[in-house]
Amino acid sequence: MSALLTEPFLTALIAGAVTAGMPLLLAGLGEQISEKAGVLNIGIEGMMLLGAYTGFVVTYTTGSFALGFLGGALGGMLASLIVLVLCIRLGLNQIVIGIAVTVGMQGLTSLLHYFEFSREYPRLAAAPVWVLPVLGQIPVLGKALFSHTALVYASVVLVAVLTWVFRATHWGLDLEAAGQRPAALDAAGVDVLRTRAAAVLSTGFLSGLGGAYLSIVGAGIFVPFMTGGAGFIGIVLAMLARGRPLWVLLGAILFGVSLALTTALQVAGIDVPTDVVQMLPFVVVMIVLVVFARHSMLPPALGSPYTRGER
Amino acid sequence: MMTLPAPLAMAVRVVAPIALALAVGGFALELLGKNPIAYYGFVLERGLLRPGGLQETVTRMAPLLLIAAGLIVAFRAGMWNLGSDGQFLLAAVTAAGLAPALADTLPRALVLVASLLAGALVGALWSLTPAILKARFGLNEIITTLMMSFLGVSLSNVLIKLLLRDPGTTVPQTRSLPVEERLPRLFDTTVHSGLLIALAAVIGVHLLMTRTAFGLRVQVLGTNRAAAVHAGLEVERLILAAFTLSAALIGLGGAVEVLGVWGTVRADWNPAYGALVVPLVFLARLNGYAVIALTLFFAALMTGGESAARRMGVPQNYVLVLVALVLMFLALIEYLDRRRPRIA
Repeated sequence: MSALLTEPFLTALIAGAVTAGMPLLLAGLGEQISEKAGVLNIGIEGMMLLGAYTGFVVTYTTGSFALGFLGGALGGMLASLIVLVLCIRLGLNQIVIGIAVTVGMQGLTSLLHYFEFSREYPRLAAAPVWVLPVLGQIPVLGKALFSHTALVYASVVLVAVLTWVFRATHWGLDLEAAGQRPAALDAAGVDVLRTRAAAVLSTGFLSGLGGAYLSIVGAGIFVPFMTGGAGFIGIVLAMLARGRPLWVLLGAILFGVSLALTTALQVAGIDVPTDVVQMLPFVVVMIVLVVFARHSMLPPALGSPYTRGER
Repeated sequence: MMTLPAPLAMAVRVVAPIALALAVGGFALELLGKNPIAYYGFVLERGLLRPGGLQETVTRMAPLLLIAAGLIVAFRAGMWNLGSDGQFLLAAVTAAGLAPALADTLPRALVLVASLLAGALVGALWSLTPAILKARFGLNEIITTLMMSFLGVSLSNVLIKLLLRDPGTTVPQTRSLPVEERLPRLFDTTVHSGLLIALAAVIGVHLLMTRTAFGLRVQVLGTNRAAAVHAGLEVERLILAAFTLSAALIGLGGAVEVLGVWGTVRADWNPAYGALVVPLVFLARLNGYAVIALTLFFAALMTGGESAARRMGVPQNYVLVLVALVLMFLALIEYLDRRRPRIA
């Protein structure tokens, strides 16, 4: 066991967990905003993928990582416009359209990638890292936790900000009402569709950002289908977190650690098939669900479109 | 407004989204500098008109049809079984592990029947947890089936790498079932008899859902759970039955694909058919006969698309864009149809 407590192993594990958990955290937070407002956004996998592609292309052409993140977030928002128009405005089935967004973006990004780069996969330079003062000097933890891209720190701050927004702001309460009892929100004079539209755009923004992190920081390249289910894990995290951003963070850490464990174990010289470790978080969550099974406490209006005056 | 007879209206509702998707997709091809007419013509020729392509297309239909049959049951019961990939793959690995082991001692027919049943059983077992959680505690099945799907895909790889690995190969895969032990082929073609099982399953499910008391109960459950409780139906048992039947059919699909085509499962193989079949079943409005026609269409698109990727430089994933467009137009047409003022 002592081989596991070496510095390289711990650094690889913790730093890897942050890198692997970041896209899940952003996707989960994004999905949480939509779910709160009563929109089941099955398409975030597609939004992440478009964000991963646009983010990569922007950084590749401009060399700027900040612009790349912005490009990724805008790409995600662009994909979320489909959900906004078809599901929020027209009230079409959210699950059907969500699947369409995911499948469509899988096809679109691999098509765009093919026509832009043919069969080449250019690699980006390593993303600039902010080493936090003082904290960054701590052995092991300094390198593992406090030497990351600025976006990582911003995302942790975002967890706190969202907690505050959900609890203490008008917009947070509007969101909650749009998911709990949209007719009441409407009666209170707030536009339900506009509230939900804002939620969906925020989801697109955050998922696109998560996708961009995946391609330009996590992998350094864009590969078609590279999100590999991260969006769906984000949906699971949001559903399990029941509206609490902190729980999304904890879930993202759990998944991040188990995703990083394989690489870290290889650093320590232990060869375990990736798949064994990757099963762990799902097993844990399923056990939690079985043991504490009760009603999942999702917003009552989740997944149903709102039409004024309709019962 | 002109009203169409019911079957014709159904045909229009199925064909119109496809036609619109092909048109918009063709426009996108034009933008990318490819000739859409030439592309579609090539796909049609390679996927349907050439004997070799047609056989490949029809062979592709078998697993898709069985997954579709399973999804029809779940969706008619109002349950989102989004875990088909895990159910399919675990069943495929089970059949791939069992068949070569049994083939040493048992006759071919027995091996095949046992492996098919084992696949269906494993599929059903894999859906049992989401089914029980849904029936007992009303736990959302989207989240649980998705989780079980990820888990199933990983577990399949673990089984191949640690338990069923054929020591004679470099890439981890299960022991290969010899060609002469696989599902018999039909006449002189390369199409295996799993297609007949699949067609029978889709038609059987369609009749089960539309012509039997069980089907009616499932439909009542799917339309309104509260109404089903009021009508005195045993809702919990009904959910379990519909869920496990759905997953068993999907599992059968995995077994058929392995026993008919590959004879083995390689590690990290995951065709992820769910993303294709879920839209298809919707487009067919949960109707078994429409599912068969659409499966033929999509399978031809896949076969032809593969050839076109090699010959015309349009990546095969273009098909995914078409699928997404079909879904969007489908939902849009549904919406316009609902909005149309009805004059009695």
